[in-house]
Amino acid sequence: MLTCKEVTHLLSEGQDRKLTVAERVRLEMHFLVCEGCGNFRKQMDFLRAACRRYVGERSRDDDRND
Amino acid sequence: MNDCFAPEALEALRRDMLRFASLQLRDDAAAEDAVQEALAAALDGKRKFEGRAALKTWVFAILRNKIVDAIRQRSRSVNVSSLSAEEEAMDETFDSLFKPNAHWNPGKGPKAWGDPEAALGQEQFWAVFEACLKYLPANTARVFMMREFLEFDTDEVCAELKISSSNCHVILHRARNGLRRCLEQNWFAAGASSC
Ligand SMILES: [Zn+2]
Repeated sequence: MLTCKEVTHLLSEGQDRKLTVAERVRLEMHFLVCEGCGNFRKQMDFLRAACRRYVGERSRDDDRND
Repeated sequence: MNDCFAPEALEALRRDMLRFASLQLRDDAAAEDAVQEALAAALDGKRKFEGRAALKTWVFAILRNKIVDAIRQRSRSVNVSSLSAEEEAMDETFDSLFKPNAHWNPGKGPKAWGDPEAALGQEQFWAVFEACLKYLPANTARVFMMREFLEFDTDEVCAELKISSSNCHVILHRARNGLRRCLEQNWFAAGASSC
């Protein structure tokens, strides 16, 4: 079983490369029993979305719903 | 003359560009240079713009290249992989969230943020977001923003800054965790009773 610390590293790497099937299965098993890591995953996805939006709103005009 | 070149419109554009460049370069003079060069290149008159949005998109595309050039130059003199005291402190804080078995300490795990998408529509959220970015140590922020704002592949970021890919992952992980903690404490949990 992955530790929570390992999960945070894998989730961050998941923003940078495609995780393997084995990695994803281990993550999903961890999320079943760990709410904190599930929240961490959502937070990583949110960060990515926020960064895209931040750049988008600065570099495009009147385009709030991209 | 097209009104997207009106002085006030240009000044607003220049301010947006300057904020974007300063955040990434952490050096006002270098940011000012990058913005001037990008504006000069965009407005050299060889290109016609269909309104302000087109100009803005074009000018930011040029600005990104100028920022990358500035980062590239700087990476020749700055060792991105050396750890500052700030970065060491971030790592210690991160470690303090865990029990010795590397599972979350009770009460220290990441919280549910409810409906975070709603925050994206709020101006005040973006002020907190920028403050949290500024709070990141310079090198950590630079790697993170190259990845997320300039949208380089992680491999390209490592190559440009001459750091190993494992170190790249460590730095990005540090940045992401720092940011999520900062947002949690200053936005999502602000007003909530848990700590
Ligand atoms: Zn966990």
